[in-house]
Amino acid sequence: MSNIADMFFNLDIMRQALPLLMQGLVMTLKLCAVVIGLGLIGGLFLALAATSPRRWLRWPTMALIDLMRALPPLVLLIFIYSGMPFAGVQMPAFTAVAVAFLLNNSAYYAEVYRAGLQSLPSGQWEAARATGLSMPQTLVHVIIPQAVRNVLPDLLSNTIEVVKLTSLASVVSLAELLYQANMARSVTYNSSPLVLAAAIYLVLLWPCVRLVSRFQRKLSI
Amino acid sequence: MERFLEVFFAPQVFARYAPDVLYAMMTTLWLGLVIILAGIGLGLVLACLRTAQCWWLTLPIVIFADVMRALPPLVLILIFYFGLPGLGLTLSGPLVLFIVLTAVLAAFAEEIFWAGLTALTRGQWEAGRATGLSFFQTLIHVALPQAVRMGIPSLVNRALAITKMTALGSVIGVKEILAVSSSAQAMSGSATPLTMAALAYLAIFLPAVVLARWLERRFSWRV
Repeated sequence: MSNIADMFFNLDIMRQALPLLMQGLVMTLKLCAVVIGLGLIGGLFLALAATSPRRWLRWPTMALIDLMRALPPLVLLIFIYSGMPFAGVQMPAFTAVAVAFLLNNSAYYAEVYRAGLQSLPSGQWEAARATGLSMPQTLVHVIIPQAVRNVLPDLLSNTIEVVKLTSLASVVSLAELLYQANMARSVTYNSSPLVLAAAIYLVLLWPCVRLVSRFQRKLSI
Repeated sequence: MERFLEVFFAPQVFARYAPDVLYAMMTTLWLGLVIILAGIGLGLVLACLRTAQCWWLTLPIVIFADVMRALPPLVLILIFYFGLPGLGLTLSGPLVLFIVLTAVLAAFAEEIFWAGLTALTRGQWEAGRATGLSFFQTLIHVALPQAVRMGIPSLVNRALAITKMTALGSVIGVKEILAVSSSAQAMSGSATPLTMAALAYLAIFLPAVVLARWLERRFSWRV
């Protein structure tokens, strides 16, 4: 039992590793800001293209979304990080990670938005157009606000997935939270830094997970 | 263009590593299958236990589901793979991957089934009990079939997302598609094996994504 405490909950080692993990956390948050921010915007445009009445726009977009949903994000990341240099395209780890996860997550966000857009009856479009709003005005003032409100829980749950996803960046040696924790583990031969990293992820995400559950319950009634 | 083809689609590299990647596809497939079966099965059992409504069952289930949904799977994988040997318990890479991903899928599945069960009106339960079915019979024959049906689209999407995470096995030496093609890439000094990895995953998961789309339309709860 004391062995478990020593190997996994060693406060001394946790205290030593904390500054390193905090640096990692900053990197994780930066990555999240980029991927979530751009993903929310990119996903919206993809969703609008995927629900467009124009076939030449709809089909390629759907194909791209499905492609991104079928590829594991880690495979995409490795492809961009270690494969692209062969074609002469070299980029820093942060850019590679951001590009890979952005591609992946825009597709996921797009699916969420698409469900929201399709949940609106076409009367909303017609009514807005009939009152004299232009297409873009209808989108911005009538369609998007309602669509987003309808899928808010799914947007939140996808955002949780993005934060969890950033841990994969450790595989390409980007110094984010999990990478730093794993470094500290290999230096100290002790798993406490990993447990501390897990605790930090929990503090960040547990409230969000609760919120999603609360949302789901409310919607289902 | 020629250079691009040479880097990403070199035929001789393709031929050299195709058997390895095909073999790795089998590993990914059976790992994915076992994880889906065990994860959804466990999730179903947990959701059923929660209907008993005694706090000493509900509390651990809710905590398990919350923690597994909040933690990145890779953190758990590293803790299990590198931490447990310190206690004299060494688990193989595939076993760690199976345990962690099954637990994560079970947590999500439990929440999906539970959301379905709570969405049923009380009348369904009361009617079931009134016709003389026991609590357990009502659960199995009345409540669960409806809850499962409601949950199918989210469940399929979630199961897909988690099966794709078998690629994380490459970090702890599981010989699945990504691990095999990464080492092939290092060995051959060509990016072609990575293209092969992408194609292999597409061959497995693209049909699954299309199936998920179809199921979503078929089972969607139109309001």
